[in-house]
Amino acid sequence: MLRWLIGGGREPQGLAEKSPLQTIGEEQTQNPYTELIVLKAHHDIVRFLVQLDDYRFASAGDDGIVIVWNAQTGEKLLELSGHTQKITAIIAFPSLESCEEKNQVILTASADRTVIVWDCDTGRQVQRVSCFQSTVKCLTVLQRLDVCLSGGNDLCVWNRELDLLCKTSHLSDTGVSALIEIPKNCVVAAIGKELIIFRVVAPTEESLEWDILEVKRLLDHQDNILSLVNVNDLSFVTGSHVGELIIWDILDWTMQAYERNFWDPSLQLDAQQEIKLCQKPNDISIHHFTCDEENVFAAVGRGLYVYNLQMKRVIACQKTAHDSNVLHIAKLPNRQLISCSEDGSVRIWELREKQHLPAEPVPTGFFNMWGFGRVNKQASQPVKKQQENATSCSLELIGDLIGHSSSVEMFLYFEDHGLVTCSADHLIILWKNGERESGLRSLKLFQKLEKNGDLYLAV
Amino acid sequence: MISAPDVVAFTKEDEYEEEPYNEVALPEEYSVPLFPFASQGANPWSKLSEAKFSRDFILISEFSEQVGPQPLLTIPNDTKVFGTFDLNYFSLRIMSVDYQASFVGHPPGSAYPKLNFVEDSKVVLGDSKEGAFAYVHHLTLYDLEARGFVRPFCMAYISADQHKIMQQFQELSAEFSKASECLKTGNRKAFAGELEKKLKDLDYTRTVLHTETEIQKKANDKGFYSSQAIEKANELASVEKSIIEHQDLLKQIRSYPYQKLKGSDLSAGKAEHTQDQAGQASTTSNPDESADTEVYTCRPAYTPKLIKAKSTKCFDKKLKTLEELCDTEYFAQTLAQLSHIEHMFRGDLCYLLTSQIDRALLKQQHITNFLFEDFVEVVDRVVEKQGSTPLEPSQDRPPSRSLEECLSPKVLISVGSYKSSVESVLIKMEQELGNEEYKEVEVTEVSSFLLQENLDYLDMDMKGSISSGESIEVLGTEKSTSVLPKSDSQASLTIPLSPQVVRTKAVSHRTISEDSIEVLSTCPSEALIPDDFKASYPSAINEEETYAGDNEGAIHFQASASPLDLGEAEEGSLENTPSHTDSSCCIGKENDSLLVPLPTLAHKLSDNDGVVSIPPQRYRQKDQGFHVDFAVENVSPSPRDNSSESFSPYELGPSCLLASRDVSKTSLDNYSDSTSYVSSVASTSSDRTPSSAHPTGTSCERHKKRAGQNALKFIRQYPFAHPAIYSLLSGRTLVVLGEDEAIVRKLVTALSIFVPNYGCYAKPVKHWVSSPLHITDFQKWKLIGLQRVVSPASAGTLQALRRYSRYTSILDLDNKTLRCPMYRGTLVPRLADHRTQIKRGSTYYMHVQSMLTQLCSKVFLYTFCHHLHLPAHDRETQELVASRQVSFLKLNLGLVNEDVKVVQYLAELLKLQYMQESPGTSHPMLRFDYVPSFLYKI
Repeated sequence: MLRWLIGGGREPQGLAEKSPLQTIGEEQTQNPYTELIVLKAHHDIVRFLVQLDDYRFASAGDDGIVIVWNAQTGEKLLELSGHTQKITAIIAFPSLESCEEKNQVILTASADRTVIVWDCDTGRQVQRVSCFQSTVKCLTVLQRLDVCLSGGNDLCVWNRELDLLCKTSHLSDTGVSALIEIPKNCVVAAIGKELIIFRVVAPTEESLEWDILEVKRLLDHQDNILSLVNVNDLSFVTGSHVGELIIWDILDWTMQAYERNFWDPSLQLDAQQEIKLCQKPNDISIHHFTCDEENVFAAVGRGLYVYNLQMKRVIACQKTAHDSNVLHIAKLPNRQLISCSEDGSVRIWELREKQHLPAEPVPTGFFNMWGFGRVNKQASQPVKKQQENATSCSLELIGDLIGHSSSVEMFLYFEDHGLVTCSADHLIILWKNGERESGLRSLKLFQKLEKNGDLYLAV
Repeated sequence: MISAPDVVAFTKEDEYEEEPYNEVALPEEYSVPLFPFASQGANPWSKLSEAKFSRDFILISEFSEQVGPQPLLTIPNDTKVFGTFDLNYFSLRIMSVDYQASFVGHPPGSAYPKLNFVEDSKVVLGDSKEGAFAYVHHLTLYDLEARGFVRPFCMAYISADQHKIMQQFQELSAEFSKASECLKTGNRKAFAGELEKKLKDLDYTRTVLHTETEIQKKANDKGFYSSQAIEKANELASVEKSIIEHQDLLKQIRSYPYQKLKGSDLSAGKAEHTQDQAGQASTTSNPDESADTEVYTCRPAYTPKLIKAKSTKCFDKKLKTLEELCDTEYFAQTLAQLSHIEHMFRGDLCYLLTSQIDRALLKQQHITNFLFEDFVEVVDRVVEKQGSTPLEPSQDRPPSRSLEECLSPKVLISVGSYKSSVESVLIKMEQELGNEEYKEVEVTEVSSFLLQENLDYLDMDMKGSISSGESIEVLGTEKSTSVLPKSDSQASLTIPLSPQVVRTKAVSHRTISEDSIEVLSTCPSEALIPDDFKASYPSAINEEETYAGDNEGAIHFQASASPLDLGEAEEGSLENTPSHTDSSCCIGKENDSLLVPLPTLAHKLSDNDGVVSIPPQRYRQKDQGFHVDFAVENVSPSPRDNSSESFSPYELGPSCLLASRDVSKTSLDNYSDSTSYVSSVASTSSDRTPSSAHPTGTSCERHKKRAGQNALKFIRQYPFAHPAIYSLLSGRTLVVLGEDEAIVRKLVTALSIFVPNYGCYAKPVKHWVSSPLHITDFQKWKLIGLQRVVSPASAGTLQALRRYSRYTSILDLDNKTLRCPMYRGTLVPRLADHRTQIKRGSTYYMHVQSMLTQLCSKVFLYTFCHHLHLPAHDRETQELVASRQVSFLKLNLGLVNEDVKVVQYLAELLKLQYMQESPGTSHPMLRFDYVPSFLYKI
């Protein structure tokens, strides 16, 4: 116990008793990414990737420039420079079906307190607004109303031409940290520990004015809310710095489920308060969520957890999925989960129905956590047995992508072109399925031959 | 004029005559001529037996109006080179053959002297007494103080080997024309400057004279002029005239048609400009006469009167040096060009020819040759390709340069026919080393000549009506024939050309382009080359085989020109095309018969695998006359396959040839394996270096040799050389880790011969890095020398290496370990056999090159077979394609285990290269596999 206090980490215990970082050897038969292209154009940490269409994406980061890439060839299509400081938010503003020949635009917000609208076909600056009191930290688009919202110390509503339609009063000095759209023209903003629901009022016959009204404040989180994600049509989920996970009803904004300490049982024990203090707080903070129909996948500290919405409990987890904090996760269509982390690696996981393997390391680690504080091993054994039947799935590591030398900030998955990762080492890497790329190249080759009239078919 | 022009007799012709030659021999331009002094029992490689100079050199001479012909400088400027050779005498000789005069003076009907922008003339002459043969390039430079404003110069490439001069004529001519053009450009600039100064002088003189006359007029009011005054007036008048003349000259020199300059890069073609007059004269009358008359009548004697005060006797004034005549800058440039020429044509003719053939063959593989060949050549090839676009009409050229080469000793060749393409000759190169390719061969670069032809009409205007154009003449025939009609001599050759076709071609060509055949014989004539002698030519190549010492491994050059094919090719008939297409279906079993039934092969192939044949179409169109004869032995599972695998890999024709050449020249060098990379580079500039015809220079050659030597050492020293080489071939970066920079660099250089290239750039090899590696390094470099630092700082380096271990193989030189994936193929053991008998670096280098070329041909096949990658029809599944691919790789290409990955990697590079529109735009991707690595120890 004392050792943890001093050592400040759970590593010794983790190594001794729980599952250590799961590793995979050099042989990764299920890993399809056998080709990579390094894209080097940024001069500082690349933090954001946003998909523009089937083959393009934009990257942005601390160097203040936005670069549009071709995801297939890795070609740099455009470089958009206009910001003088780091970019804090980027979002693509899809054009409405109604208005034709509108180019695809993206909005970027920067620490220089400007927001710029870019035309990402021409690279032109469409609009630039610099009347902000504070840095805009998040942007969201309400497609139905064809407006976008920016969240800084206050919340502003803009139309496509970036005319200010309406704004809230000053909300807080920390500013809006996350913003999502929910039905009925509402948005949820995470401000510190609070969640505030706003309603955007569009002009009607009665009033020609746009308006934004605060509808409700939700004060259930005990620490800063770090992540806020729509789950489905019924709910959204929030995660906080201390590992609280709350699932909210998307319509009446009531709490559907509250999980707080299951990530780390130590927090349940008030007697162990000092331990909590000296633990790395990051170890339990929820950085990112991703969802599918059944599950919410949470990146908690260094681990990955799968929370089943129906069963309302964690069905699978990897306590130490990475060497350090997981920054971004995404669920692929093929039951694969990809996570990236500050340790510079990207890992590919597969959610498998758990077969009855008593020696499964994952549950051991997981359930051992329940026994945290009761250091003796014997005590934890019954708990484990008791819980065994409850966990029905497991996350299997099927591959890792090593390329970045520094924290991988984010990644983007293209169905056709593979994975794009961006990192603090200023690089973007395009990971591709080598076999498929080879086939595509062959296809192109023979198309070119045919075009040149050099293709002869055997009789 | 020339006392004893001569011809080197070909020895032992009767012996070869006796040998039964059923087959048509190899066309001349691919053979290497017999060694002239073989009868004396001399080592064929100890050349220049009769010459007084040790090796070829370039001599610049002037026909000075004061002292006559005099040598100015030699390149290399080293007395050791020409030794006791009498430069003065030889200058006299070479200057005396410039029968074509540059006419300057008052042409009839013109009041002022006219400058003529004459073309250079190019002459080959020989001197048996001195044992010297020379390509002589005459040019005239302008000098205001010289007689007739012109000073004749010449640059001569002097060699003891007549055949070298004759066979490299085109190349020599092209290169010397560049040098000449450079000199002349500089000279025009200097001349214009000089004229301007002179005009100022004259202007000044006029002013002075004018004032004087005025004074005299005033002083003398008697009403008549004193004789003094008249004299002054005359003087003034002459100055006035002089001014006008000089202004006119200045105008002329400035109006030099600069479009000519643009064409000067192609200036090889200028040689073909032969004046009608000269041409007709030579064909109709005694060439002696025509030549002589021209030599003596065309020298004008015009000395413009200059200002009185300055008119000195011509022997008193000091003539300008060559450097003064040309701008210093241009002079230096010319010298650089000349020493480039000297480098380029260094060495034995055999070697020159072999390397030319080599390069010509490489050019044919323009799709694959970027992989392992030097990028310089590839770039060269690109340029070439652009240049040769208007090549297609060349098919109606009179056939085969081989004819001229046979005839060259006695018949003055009109360039029109000289340039004629070699394309019409079908060649078969046979090599028993496994998988062969037969390539289209194009030795001469015809294109430039064709281009030039158009320019020549422009040139006509600039010439004086009398001055002859350019001509190539071949002097130095001991007993020249009475003008042998060209067609007759051709008909007499054994090379199976239909004489009729030839004749008509030759004639029609002549009438069109007004080329001429000139025979310049200076001695009593007699038929020089008997027909049977010519017939023995084809045997030359067999001679080469004997040097190679090993018939099995040697490359057999077998002339496979069938009359039929040749005829077809000449006519460029359209019916020919299908057969070409078939032939280009480059897969087939090796066939010993000369006329490979290619269509059958194609069928065979498609029967087997349903593989599509894709001809490398682009150059098919270009070289109509060629036949692709692409046979890869391993393609079809043949019994030979096994034999070739167990085949000891040192039996290689050209490399043996090279090696033996090295023995005589650089035996010292071969063994002194200096550890220092730097010294090896530095020493290349020394004059002792083996002669190299390679345009990339001796340093490259030396480099290759050293790399080969070190690679050989590596293979012998490390039992795990195979997986290391496999890593390189399959595109997995090999990191050579070591403390000692020199050792690491040396090994990296050695291993770089196995590294495939991405494109037309330098190889992806980083010789020495001391900072931690990054992912981009693995994308960029495929072979890295990494410094091991014994300090805490190195932790980062090693950590990075561990982190990226899946992308790398690590060769630790200090601990003698290798960490890399397993290799169980058969390709690398053949490439790098530690029990190999090869001893020389250059031999091994050649061996590697040839093995890699074979590999490339497999890759080519694999890449360009449609059905291996894409479904043959809509209903076919991807799995079927994949299984076909696997079976093709295993059965048809004979690849085992990891060899497949090598071919697949190279195929990816090939695809990328082929699809790349403009070089440098696409990113090289990093391909890797998730395979376990193993640690190998000694």
